[in-house]
Amino acid sequence: MINVAFTDNIQRHVECPPCAVNGSNVREVLEAVFESNGKARGYVLDDAGAVRKHMNVFVNGTQIKDRANLTDPVPDGASVYIMQALSGG
Amino acid sequence: MSDRMFVATRKGLFRIDRSGSGWKIEQAAFLGDSVTMVLPDLRDGSVYAAVGHGHFGAKMHRSTDGGATFEEIATPTYPERPDDVEPIRHPYKDMEIPWSLELIWALESGGADETGVIWCGTLPGGLFRSTDHGASWQLNEALWNEPTRKEWFGGGYDYPGIHSICVDPRDTNHVTVGISCGGSWQSHDGGDTWVCRSDGMYADYMPPEMREVGHIQDPHRTVQCPSEPDHLWTQHHNGVFKSVDGGKSWIDVPAIKPSTFGFAVAVHPVDPNIAWFVPAVKDEHRIPVDGKVVVARTKDGGKTFDVLTDGLPQEDAYDLVFRHALDVDETGSRLAFGSTTGSLWCSSNQGDSWETISANLPPIHAVRFVDG
Repeated sequence: MINVAFTDNIQRHVECPPCAVNGSNVREVLEAVFESNGKARGYVLDDAGAVRKHMNVFVNGTQIKDRANLTDPVPDGASVYIMQALSGG
Repeated sequence: MSDRMFVATRKGLFRIDRSGSGWKIEQAAFLGDSVTMVLPDLRDGSVYAAVGHGHFGAKMHRSTDGGATFEEIATPTYPERPDDVEPIRHPYKDMEIPWSLELIWALESGGADETGVIWCGTLPGGLFRSTDHGASWQLNEALWNEPTRKEWFGGGYDYPGIHSICVDPRDTNHVTVGISCGGSWQSHDGGDTWVCRSDGMYADYMPPEMREVGHIQDPHRTVQCPSEPDHLWTQHHNGVFKSVDGGKSWIDVPAIKPSTFGFAVAVHPVDPNIAWFVPAVKDEHRIPVDGKVVVARTKDGGKTFDVLTDGLPQEDAYDLVFRHALDVDETGSRLAFGSTTGSLWCSSNQGDSWETISANLPPIHAVRFVDG
């Protein structure tokens, strides 16, 4: 299982409690999260399915490289953090 | 006259009401969040608010209790780009025009006979329409697939954007759309087909060969007279233009003063010869001429203009007024406009004199009266 946690700041707009899902890359993990929390998708990803410009996704503390197609691998037992970027000062 | 207005700002949406003691902020919503557009829908009393979250993207909300509470509704969403459609790159910048919502820039009600129909203009240039009060949205593919879109470009923003949508009250299938920088476009079949109608406009920011190309014009804001819909006014990057043939062609109005540049325009709801503008120093300066906030008003179709100053700051004022931040109510007597510096002014005599409602609001994106 993959443990997924969200920035506190997103909770003001859409409830995103920590959860555990299955998946072997970032796309699969996020899709599993959005399957039960569809509203969160548009807050994290843009219309084309890429990570929003001012959002970050970390796997075990490392920022993902493929923000467009979300192909970074996620090993079993990993922690995925969905954070807002420190944009705007 | 209307005693209620909504003011959409960089840090929230404010409902401002007038009572015996004057104008007062009665409600605030989305405090801290950027509200890029607001639409009081007079047909059913709904209020639509577009919120632009810096991190989480643009979202749409609707109120059915006069703005007291809002519920998030569907966001206009661009479809996935088909594999056989080449991405469009910005004609002058090294960037791709995304198939993804960047900003909700225009919201307008459909016709009186089509309650629930809402038009939505966006960056990067997509026009959306809802037929169910915003529960779902459809991209207007005819305009999105228009071949000249590859030559549209952004003005102040990187991407082109639709800021003006005029639905002809005589025929709701007749829609005029203003695009920065993509010109003025019209449909007579509800959006199935579109024709660029920028004849008469000119673009001094382009090489001479392209000066009069329609689809690279930069209308900053276009409004249509509700009672005389053949009359439209446009504040363009290079001046003021008016149309007397339903937007098929445009006539230069060089008499505007103290400058030809500006963003906002409002037209009288009954008399199409009366229109208001808030001029500024053009191009990279974008401040009031001589540090004086003024409103320019014509009462004779643009032959002459009055420069209205009574009640407005005339010294060391650097307020800019965005394109949606000037409105006139349904009587044509009451106006309000707000600035990037957070000042909000109102007039109840067609602009002859102004009162300050607030000088401490966040930067103001849009001002809209609630009529009726």
